Amino acid sequence: MTITELMPFSVLVPLIASLVCALLPGRFWPWAVTLVATITSAVIAAITLPAAAQVTLSYAFGNWPPPIGIEYRVDAANAFVALLVAGMAAVALPWAKKSVDREVPERQGAFYALFLLALSGLLGITLSGDAFNIFVFLEISSLATYGLIAHGSDRRALLASFRYLIMGTVGATFLLIGIGFLYVMTGTLNLADLAERLPEVRDTSTVRAALAFIIVGMGLKLAMLPLHLWLPNAYTYAPSFVTVFLAGTATKVALYVMLRFVFTVFAPDWSFVVLPLSTVLMILAVAGMFAGSWVAMFQPNIKRMLAYSSVAQVGYMVLGVSLVSIVGLTAAFLHLFNHALMKTALFMAVGTVIYQVGSGHLKDFRGLGRTMPWTLTAFALAGLSIIGVPLTAGFVSKWYLIQAALDQGQWFLVVLILITSLMAIVYIWRVIEAAWFQERPGNQPAAGEAPLALLIPTWVLVALNFYFGIDTRLTVGGATAAAEALLGGGMAP
Amino acid sequence: MMTVLSFFNYWIVVVLMMIGFYCVIARGNMVKKVMGLNLFQTSVFILFISAGKIVGGSTPIVREGVELYSNPLPHVLILTAIVVGVATTAVGLALTVRINEAYGSIEDDHLGDEDDGDEQ
Amino acid sequence: MSTLPQLNLFTVVLIPFIGAALIALAGTHRALREGLSWSSSIVFFLAVMGLLVAFLDGDSASQTVWEIMPGLAIAFRLEPLGMLFAAMSSTLWVLATPYAIGYMNAKGYSNLGRFFACYAIALGAAAGIAFADNLFTLFVFYEILSVSTYPLVAHTGDNKAKQGARTYLALLLATSIGLMLPAMIWVWTATGTLDFADGGILAGQVSPAAGAVLLVLFMYGTGKAALMPFHRWLPAAMVAPTPVSALLHAVAVVKAGVFVVLKIAIYVFGLDYLRELATSDVMLYIAAFTMLAASLVAIRQDNLKARLAYSTVSQLSYIVVGAMLAVQLSAIGGGMHMLMHGFGKITLFFCAGAIYVASGKTKVSEFDGLGRRMPVTFFAFFIGALCVIGLPPTGGIWSKWHLVAGAFDAGHTAIMLAFMLSTLLNIGYLLPPVARAFLRPLPEGERSGFNEAPWMCVIPLALTALGTLVLFAMAQSAFDLLGGMFGPVA
Repeated sequence: MTITELMPFSVLVPLIASLVCALLPGRFWPWAVTLVATITSAVIAAITLPAAAQVTLSYAFGNWPPPIGIEYRVDAANAFVALLVAGMAAVALPWAKKSVDREVPERQGAFYALFLLALSGLLGITLSGDAFNIFVFLEISSLATYGLIAHGSDRRALLASFRYLIMGTVGATFLLIGIGFLYVMTGTLNLADLAERLPEVRDTSTVRAALAFIIVGMGLKLAMLPLHLWLPNAYTYAPSFVTVFLAGTATKVALYVMLRFVFTVFAPDWSFVVLPLSTVLMILAVAGMFAGSWVAMFQPNIKRMLAYSSVAQVGYMVLGVSLVSIVGLTAAFLHLFNHALMKTALFMAVGTVIYQVGSGHLKDFRGLGRTMPWTLTAFALAGLSIIGVPLTAGFVSKWYLIQAALDQGQWFLVVLILITSLMAIVYIWRVIEAAWFQERPGNQPAAGEAPLALLIPTWVLVALNFYFGIDTRLTVGGATAAAEALLGGGMAP
Repeated sequence: MMTVLSFFNYWIVVVLMMIGFYCVIARGNMVKKVMGLNLFQTSVFILFISAGKIVGGSTPIVREGVELYSNPLPHVLILTAIVVGVATTAVGLALTVRINEAYGSIEDDHLGDEDDGDEQ
Repeated sequence: MSTLPQLNLFTVVLIPFIGAALIALAGTHRALREGLSWSSSIVFFLAVMGLLVAFLDGDSASQTVWEIMPGLAIAFRLEPLGMLFAAMSSTLWVLATPYAIGYMNAKGYSNLGRFFACYAIALGAAAGIAFADNLFTLFVFYEILSVSTYPLVAHTGDNKAKQGARTYLALLLATSIGLMLPAMIWVWTATGTLDFADGGILAGQVSPAAGAVLLVLFMYGTGKAALMPFHRWLPAAMVAPTPVSALLHAVAVVKAGVFVVLKIAIYVFGLDYLRELATSDVMLYIAAFTMLAASLVAIRQDNLKARLAYSTVSQLSYIVVGAMLAVQLSAIGGGMHMLMHGFGKITLFFCAGAIYVASGKTKVSEFDGLGRRMPVTFFAFFIGALCVIGLPPTGGIWSKWHLVAGAFDAGHTAIMLAFMLSTLLNIGYLLPPVARAFLRPLPEGERSGFNEAPWMCVIPLALTALGTLVLFAMAQSAFDLLGGMFGPVA
């Protein structure tokens, strides 16, 4: 079996496993099946990346040759994102066992089935080379995600899920409209084929409208300011494991889809000219960085604080995109990867605290530094990465982002990036101060250190944050290849 | 006038889309929101189907004596999209039922206020 | 002397970090924790001495640990200024360890595992700064130093401590991330390198205007050098237990600040290029102003630690002035002042802590007659004060001598005057506590009789006071060592 034939299985394995999972009773087997399926998927994605970085892989479903049949088309960019998604899921699952047992005690078969569906959908979006197929996978993953969020133990999870459903569906339908316009104009749905045929017809208002619809639709899924309203509640009230998984994957995939359309399908020399896309994205990105960090500084609920921090971090990624250069895109991909590492680690640490203490409010963190040193140290170290302290992954992506801004002489962007980094210090520091320099009030139960099943995955991610802050060959290499795949030469085979 | 009329299916699309979108945004009642979402999606389905129609074309089933067929692909796509739409509606309604059980109301404007806490 | 170990630079830097990890693991086990604190400081001292011996023999070690991104590496190299800084910090750490143990136990502090672990990390970071071969490595350790000292400042955990620690960290991080980091990136974009090189890397690479802006960014970005108006963190840090104020806020942290200033002036700008920049004179006069203004503030402080803190702000500016005068003599004088003031000021802080432990007094106005109860401490205070003022028979005179001579060389008469004036002010705020303690009678009702702090506190302060006297005799070696920065001494 060649790598090309193996590649679709990273989507198929979780899809099939979800069917199995839905039927399994009890608490152990659904989790075990999910773990095996996810790891299989991650291994396949890991095998695919080096091959896809060399040459674009193409797999035609049912042997119908593209553009008629549905094609999986994988180059460095989507292989990179696929590995990130599957890898994050595989790292998060060992952590999930304890946390899910506590927060979703019943009908775990259905819960894990939804998780596998969401994973399969996200991977499908990433690997597919067919525009309509992307829409379908987007809806598969979204619908599963709504279900996952609704599993939260607080009743506000239901509201959050419903609101996300409304906004998410509108976003996905916008994408569908955009794809419809493109189909009307070109008669094809295959991304590579679209890229070839679009230049003839692209000076029409239909194609321009298509671009606008796709950007707004994906902006919604990406939680780009001002379309971020669904995210804080969804992240706050979802079960901790779901938040951990979503924070590292969902918005990243949405960003990838946006990039794929803007850069590969429409070609940047057109899409950034016909609309003032660069300016709009830059303003939204900076606004997101500021608004997200600002609101995060005042949140009493730490999960929500991290959610707003995600809005800010999405801003960094979009900022990298808005600079329209290899270095800028590299920075965006780097931050996409590194942010997944740091935010997942942070949410895991908070989830661990919730597991031990029962709540994730700042006041519940008081004095925890002494009783749960390993958990809180993990939080502090991952927090350093969010701030962008040297030797952490966060520093590497910010360094590239600043380089990209400087290459274009955008001094004020450098200043803005640094100011928002200082704001990150403030919101991370609130937790550190509460954990180590405040006494635990007598009326709050003392909490001991968390079980190893929660600590080990958290620390693995913390270690990765430092590993990728020191050895940048893999991430920078992958991100550069991804950026070049998008900017240089489109999807030529 | 003729151009307006000859594109009447697209006008329907636009009108339906706006009605649906308005419902989603302006209505507090969750069932009405879901209905609005349905209208919104349906309008997009019509858009696709319209694009597949070729003037004078026949139904896309291969048979003798027919040279011109309508494009079958949009129909197939929209079949899938309808399934997606039904699934979305189902999830939305299921959530509405759960919200009604938890809060005793499905008027979005008033929910969440009573939960004390940390919302901004 | 060949018995001393010859470790590579990275290993030496790692020693305190490993020590910190072990101390943290020892946690609440007191004997183990203290044993580890002792042994890591001594092992570190021996390792640095090993480097010093080899260095004096002309063996200049360098090492690239790891290249993070192309051109951006963690790399170390031994050069005279860094060698001096490392030798000074390691020596004083050995002396400060018993003092810290004695003080912290005498005052009954808790959470000592965290305390001593962070103490060790701070020293490791100082060593990393001392040996750094490029701006990036320097920046990394500079930030480690800021963050690792935060728990020490906030150690008591009450609101005042937290407030002070917040100011401390906020100012240090805001200046380093907000000013030094962009300056560093700018240098990297302009020159393609961050390595320290003899004669500087900026000359001819950036326009004079850009160079002038960069200088301001670097000088204020080095918040630890406490140039006004970014000096507030240092008085704020005085909420820390005295061993922290002594070793970190008289030696490791603040000296790291001026060390960075000197290092950047000499190896990034280069003295010749520095002299041409429009802003070097501006920074020179700001530093001179800081020197005088901080002295004036110090005179009015009744709290001894606050007085010493402002005195430190003032003395740090001597060194910045030395760097900004941009002549060899003044730069060497600055480097020597780093050493002399380090010994003098740590003595003063040790004394302040000892007075607090033995009598519970913190205000100068309460010191009447204390000299009779604590003769050793106050005599050491006297010696330390002489050193900071710059009078014989202490080492302080030599560094001031060279600074003034440098100012003369550079033709800055006003700066010479400022030095003189500041010295007078030094006398005005450092000698009154001693005079009160020895010359005035004890207040009515207080028990007279010999009452020193625990010997663990007194012996270190006697030794550092002795150190200032030894430095008086050994100043020439320090001068020769530092002269190596500019090739063979003329």
